[in-house]
Amino acid sequence: MGKTLFDKIWEAHVVTQAEGGIEVLYIDRHLIHEVTSPQAFDGLRQRNIAVFRPRQTVATADHNVPTRDQHLPISEKLSRFQVEKLTENCAAFGVDLYGLGHPYQGIVHVIGPELGITQPGMTIVCGDSHTSTHGAFGCIAFGIGTSQVEQVLATQCLLQKRPKRMRITIDGQLQAGVLSKDIILYVISKLTASGGTGHFVEYAGSAIRSLSMEARMTICNMSIEMGARGGLIAPDETTFEYVRGREFAPKGAAFDAAVQYWRSLYSDDDAVFDTEYHYRAEDIEPMVTYGTNPGMGIGISQAVPASPETGSAQTYEKSLAYMGLQSGEHLAGKAVNYVFIGSCTNSRIEDLRIVADYVRGKQKASNVHAMIVPGSKQVEAQAKAEGLDAIFREAGFDFREPGCSACLGMNEDKIPAGEYCVSTSNRNFEGRQGPGARTILASPLMAAATAIAGRIVDVREFLN
Amino acid sequence: MKKFNTLISSAVPLPIEEVDTDQIIPARFLKATTREGFGDNLFCDWRYLPDGSPRPEFILNNPLYSGQILVAGRNFGCGSSREHAAWALADFGFLVVVSSFFADIFRGNALNNGLLPVQVSADFLHAIFSAIETNPKAAFEVDLERQTFTIISTGQSEHFEIDPYKKMCMINGYDDIDFLLSLKEKITAFEQTRLPKA
Ligand code: SF4
Repeated sequence: MGKTLFDKIWEAHVVTQAEGGIEVLYIDRHLIHEVTSPQAFDGLRQRNIAVFRPRQTVATADHNVPTRDQHLPISEKLSRFQVEKLTENCAAFGVDLYGLGHPYQGIVHVIGPELGITQPGMTIVCGDSHTSTHGAFGCIAFGIGTSQVEQVLATQCLLQKRPKRMRITIDGQLQAGVLSKDIILYVISKLTASGGTGHFVEYAGSAIRSLSMEARMTICNMSIEMGARGGLIAPDETTFEYVRGREFAPKGAAFDAAVQYWRSLYSDDDAVFDTEYHYRAEDIEPMVTYGTNPGMGIGISQAVPASPETGSAQTYEKSLAYMGLQSGEHLAGKAVNYVFIGSCTNSRIEDLRIVADYVRGKQKASNVHAMIVPGSKQVEAQAKAEGLDAIFREAGFDFREPGCSACLGMNEDKIPAGEYCVSTSNRNFEGRQGPGARTILASPLMAAATAIAGRIVDVREFLN
Repeated sequence: MKKFNTLISSAVPLPIEEVDTDQIIPARFLKATTREGFGDNLFCDWRYLPDGSPRPEFILNNPLYSGQILVAGRNFGCGSSREHAAWALADFGFLVVVSSFFADIFRGNALNNGLLPVQVSADFLHAIFSAIETNPKAAFEVDLERQTFTIISTGQSEHFEIDPYKKMCMINGYDDIDFLLSLKEKITAFEQTRLPKA
């Protein structure tokens, strides 16, 4: 029987078998940030041990950082303390840190790929559930808890049970105005927020193959939102070209040798998956969410469903009440005062270009506060080099410095209680963007169109 | 890690589904750099009004309900990988969380912190909620050795699954890291075998 892409990579990383089907999995790259690492470093101190392979760990500060005046000390005391703690820990344990002020600083899942740290065939972990993003390169990447961060720091390994394999195939051609964000919101709306639990997902099909690396990252990023441990896409020429020449990518003959190996990373024709789904790209519309988990999504032409397809009516009603929405209501036309473009889902240069193309020469609606937060210092610099920052400013957008920002509202970038925010991030949980904030997840194009119109629109009607 | 074997306790019902870790512990409380103290902010936005006073209708503020077992709706712990969610539940005093379905990362985080996730069938979960509705002080027995959860008042009992390795760790209070550290030589040898590729 053939092997899946997932099994090929996994099997290349099994150090040894432990009892009960548990395997000791070797981790190639470990990314850390300020929020989920301090307790792990303390654990090492208590045991009086070093970081086992400090060269395989890279740190950045992203979750807690302000997105204005990053050259100044962080004014919020606890955030400053946490970021300082990361700096201290990295210095003490010999880990490279791309902290505030460094030209490589940014959201951990944006910098890994752009620096070439993320490469096909690797195992990558981070104390953050959206580590699944890196799977776009054909690697096994997943989020872990702080106890596991400590384990990886101490041994470069994790104890893991092999998950089930799922394949989601999307064939066909996307409609104009439909982006990869819509693909993944569509898939999650079909599978629900728990439909992928216990699985690692491979995304396949002609619609996936035709996507750029950045668009693929958006899809893999949200695998966790259907409960999957991670998602991955077989590497191809698009992948190799993206990795080529990046800071930490292999160079010259080493690169050619790597590509030769990477070409073997695909699911064999006769590989068997535990679960398979097929969708048609043509069926996907621009998506919006109406509820408080990412599975509660609809095409923009659809109304809020009458009753939950799965789950209890009580939970569903609680969710709609929080969002201030009714069954049968359409989101198109709804006035929105906040738009957030950013997060590890949609803050890369292509996302910014899509937004800039749409808003060029236009003005945001007067009721809207539109925040656009680049994913990294490098994305910010590239946007400036292309003059996108000027386009944003002229359109009345607030172009910030890099960080997680209003994706989780840990810094001061919060959406006020009761307000709607059309957001390109990945979670519409209660209070995710600030206590009482009401998040509507959408693509960068839908977010841009909302900012200009001052209300939710079907962006397809505004494309020429 | 603390050892766990059996527990007899009443339970706190939270019949809500899809409870994500942002609800269990909102992001703004993740600024601490130690594992302690998160219990004060457990379910913060459901538990307290914006002025910081307790919301009387929230279950943790109702003196009728108490115990070291939390019983919640399906897909408990979805969303963020923050281990702080498990720390907050444990710090508050919960030793067991019961649901008909757990998100993967939360399950792992709970097990790594001596908090036992007990997954039961949807019907049995319903029976547990009913027992608490009948008597808020209804007692339950969790037996990790036998892998059973029992509603003492009715005698109904259900077997739950747990990974044998994780079970051994919970019963003995072992951490994964102790085991991994004992493998260092094997890990180094493994690294040698894959140097050319990596
Ligand atoms: S941008 Fe949001 S989802 Fe991504 S790592 Fe930061 S907080 Fe997590």
